[in-house]
Amino acid sequence: MKLTWKGIIPLVVFLALGIAFAIGLTKDPSKLPSQMINRPFPDFSLPDLLDMDATIDQSYFDGQVTLVNIFGSWCVACDQEHPVLMKLARNNEIPILGVDWRDTVEKGRRWLARGGNPYTRVVFDADSMLAIDLGVTGAPESFIVDKQGNIRYKFIGPISEKIWRDELKPFVLMLEAEQ
Amino acid sequence: MIAEIGQIALILAFLIAVAQSVLPMVGAHKADARLMAFGDKAALAQFILLGVSFIALTIVFVQSDFSVKLVTVNSHTDKPLLYKISGVWGNHEGSMLLWVLILGIYGALVPIYGKNLPAGLKARALSVQGMISVGFLGFILFTSNPFLRLNPVPINGQGLNPLLQDPGLAFHPPFLYLGYVGFSMAFSFSVAALIEGRVDAVWARWLRPWVLLAWSFLTIGITMGSIWAYYELGWGGWWMWDPVENVSFLPWLVGTALLHSILVLGKRHAMAHWTILLGITAFSLSLVGTFVVRSGVLTSVHSFAVDPARGVYILALLLLATGGGLVMFALRAHTLRGGPGFTLVSKEGGLLLNNLLLVTATFTVFLGTFYPLLIEAFTDGKISVGEPYFDRTFAPVMIVLIAFMGVGPLVKWRKDSWQSLRPHLLKSLLLVLVISGLTWWLGKSVLGALSIGVAAYLAYSTLVAFGRKIKFGQTGSMAGSMKLLRAQPAAVWGFLLGHMGIAICVVGITAMSVWAGDSAKVMKLGESMTVSGYEFTLTNMTPGAERNFQKMVGEVEVTKQGRKVATLKSARRFYQVRDMITTEAGIQVRPMRNLYVGVGEGDAEKGWVVRAYVHPMVNWIWLGALMIALAGFVSILDRGQKREVSS
Amino acid sequence: MRVIFILVITMFASLPVLPALAQTPSEAEIELRAKEVGRALRCVVCQNQPIEESDASLAQDMRKLVRARIRKGDSNEEVMAFMQNRYGDFVLLKPPVQANTYLLWFTPAALLGFFLIWYVVRVRRGSAKIDAPTLSADELKRFTALANDQEKNQ
Repeated sequence: MKLTWKGIIPLVVFLALGIAFAIGLTKDPSKLPSQMINRPFPDFSLPDLLDMDATIDQSYFDGQVTLVNIFGSWCVACDQEHPVLMKLARNNEIPILGVDWRDTVEKGRRWLARGGNPYTRVVFDADSMLAIDLGVTGAPESFIVDKQGNIRYKFIGPISEKIWRDELKPFVLMLEAEQ
Repeated sequence: MIAEIGQIALILAFLIAVAQSVLPMVGAHKADARLMAFGDKAALAQFILLGVSFIALTIVFVQSDFSVKLVTVNSHTDKPLLYKISGVWGNHEGSMLLWVLILGIYGALVPIYGKNLPAGLKARALSVQGMISVGFLGFILFTSNPFLRLNPVPINGQGLNPLLQDPGLAFHPPFLYLGYVGFSMAFSFSVAALIEGRVDAVWARWLRPWVLLAWSFLTIGITMGSIWAYYELGWGGWWMWDPVENVSFLPWLVGTALLHSILVLGKRHAMAHWTILLGITAFSLSLVGTFVVRSGVLTSVHSFAVDPARGVYILALLLLATGGGLVMFALRAHTLRGGPGFTLVSKEGGLLLNNLLLVTATFTVFLGTFYPLLIEAFTDGKISVGEPYFDRTFAPVMIVLIAFMGVGPLVKWRKDSWQSLRPHLLKSLLLVLVISGLTWWLGKSVLGALSIGVAAYLAYSTLVAFGRKIKFGQTGSMAGSMKLLRAQPAAVWGFLLGHMGIAICVVGITAMSVWAGDSAKVMKLGESMTVSGYEFTLTNMTPGAERNFQKMVGEVEVTKQGRKVATLKSARRFYQVRDMITTEAGIQVRPMRNLYVGVGEGDAEKGWVVRAYVHPMVNWIWLGALMIALAGFVSILDRGQKREVSS
Repeated sequence: MRVIFILVITMFASLPVLPALAQTPSEAEIELRAKEVGRALRCVVCQNQPIEESDASLAQDMRKLVRARIRKGDSNEEVMAFMQNRYGDFVLLKPPVQANTYLLWFTPAALLGFFLIWYVVRVRRGSAKIDAPTLSADELKRFTALANDQEKNQ
């Protein structure tokens, strides 16, 4: 048997590619990088969905750990998430700031009236002003903001009870323990 | 009952494929004529069984038999018959069945057209084809069975993706698959030739028509996909460098290289290594294309996790096929004979350069397509690779390629010199200067002017090369040239069509990238906007309904300098069954420009989002592409013998 | 007197014009630049589509934002940086040239260079080796005759 360089090189190139892909595909893809982690929550000043004359801005975060939840009446997965948020609100687990994204006032209010309102306040963001500042790509998305008003955690997709219990709540407790 | 017939036929085909992958190979090894002949029978039997299975699935779809899960998920009684049929391959399972059916067709053509092939080569190639069959039929039976029943039986189906309810897309996959699967012939015969240790001109001439056939079908498939994307998505994108598009382009590029290297092998016994490698690569990339497009498994890391069983099977299949082929190459490369030498400037040299440039282009597209995936896997980053990347990396390689494409056909086999090319190059330079100057004066774009100049150079050089073949202007008599013209082998016509097709394509691509005009505006009835000198006015919005969707039709009147040019109708369709919205663009097609309008969301109060485009010479792209496909078909008629000039 | 009159007129005329020229670009220019930026930014919820050509609602809002920022006086680069700051490199259709993209940007050119060198080396070697037997029988006869003559002369 005679092996030549000419013969082996293609195989080597292919194997290198194959190994790279094999490693790539076995890695856990669930952690999405977010640009916003450990940055101050962006400045904003937007109307309150439930009182369009009032505005909400970043001073809201003053000294408390907050969950910011992006939702919209058009968002199917938000319906699925909603009862979990309701339960968090009932148990006073954490203040939740809602961001009603790309919605109309009417539809947004109706949605809250139907399923209940778990939010301490609801920012009305019809033109993605805040959403783009947050680097949001879809709803629901949630951020955990610390006492200093910095974003510390980002979660993409509907929050389930299990995710809250195992993933988010421990993180919130840690932030609350911070000075 | 019918579904069961299809299922049984599929299982039988699998069993026969197992036998086909072993027996002929053993027969060839032992020089046992009977075992070798089994390959022929098995290939035919497989074709018949797969045909039965495919017909069974089609019947089930046409009858809307919702006891079959696949029909329920992908069809609906309200769907027009054409789309019930195209629904057969409009989903993962069915498309895989179509894939193996086409594999069966190609397999069956081997015994039919390969009567004078060496028995050993034929047996081994059929055996390799059998192995591919085993892999795919196993994949279908174990992970993607199209005949699974559903209990209880639902009253109606869940419809077909409305984007696929379009004649362009209904027939796009079959053509694509005829291309992809066609390259399995190149693969099987490459591996068989490696085992035999004989890669020669006879082998090359036998394989060439199959490569041409696959390549031409693939060209049509890609073109149809491009046309579909242009009019269906509502924003006039004929090519977006989307992963799905890229992966169909990869085997095309390698196939193009293969066509040219096989030419050298057939005429000069050189480039055997290249040809074999390209044969193996073309098919591997076809496999990648199949999986990325149909199952979406490789498009992102995320979808891989959705169905690990399929993903692992697919990767194993890819690894076995490509790895197997390349291991065979590594072991047997030393048996391949290098051909006679040639000088730097020679036809062989030109074709080798063509191969090197096409391989570079393929690698670039491959890298651009899969790099984001690798970045995501190995780092915390996430990047996009879009058009700007390919404009800067792929396009320059193509320009170099076209530069060589012009002179390549003019140089002689074996040995030539730059001196002999100088007169032509000087004339070309003059032509480029004139054409580019003129284009720049008219179009005010340096890049556009240069690119059109390059296209003109290619067209001119191609015509000169053709002219030399028929001794145009050399013999002094038109009659002599006419006689030579008729005597030209089909391959020469293929060359003329193919290279002219590329030139025309380049003109279209340039015009679209440099001079296309577009604008988007929220418009109420009666409002208008101007794009490239055309005035678009929204005149009417009318709701309507068809059998399987509701629609909102927007009418846009187009005028130029006050004169009415066109009334375009663009429709927004609402498919209730899938809760999906699509936009049908309104297009006026003309040789020199298309007017294109897409009406988006909105209402009478706020107005509607209207996008208007003026697309110069966009149809040249597809005209060129279809000429290229035709070039392949024409070349197939050439059997390698030159016809005598009748006196 | 007339000079003063003209001066006053031009002052009044130019007052609103001059700052406008210096700071706020015209609507046509905004649109042109916004398109350029919009073609280089990826619609983050689409497949490889620029925001300029996407109908996705987020892309529409991003288009609006691009225009608003340009109108406010941002340069094209500043708008791109703004988006990159929020969505990361992912939002740029032209990947930045940086450590993790060197391979992406430079391997095609390197491969092309390697191939061209390899071509010259390979073809030179091949042509030197096998040029001889390609003579036809007739040429070979003449060649040997010539060579014999030369030998005799020496």
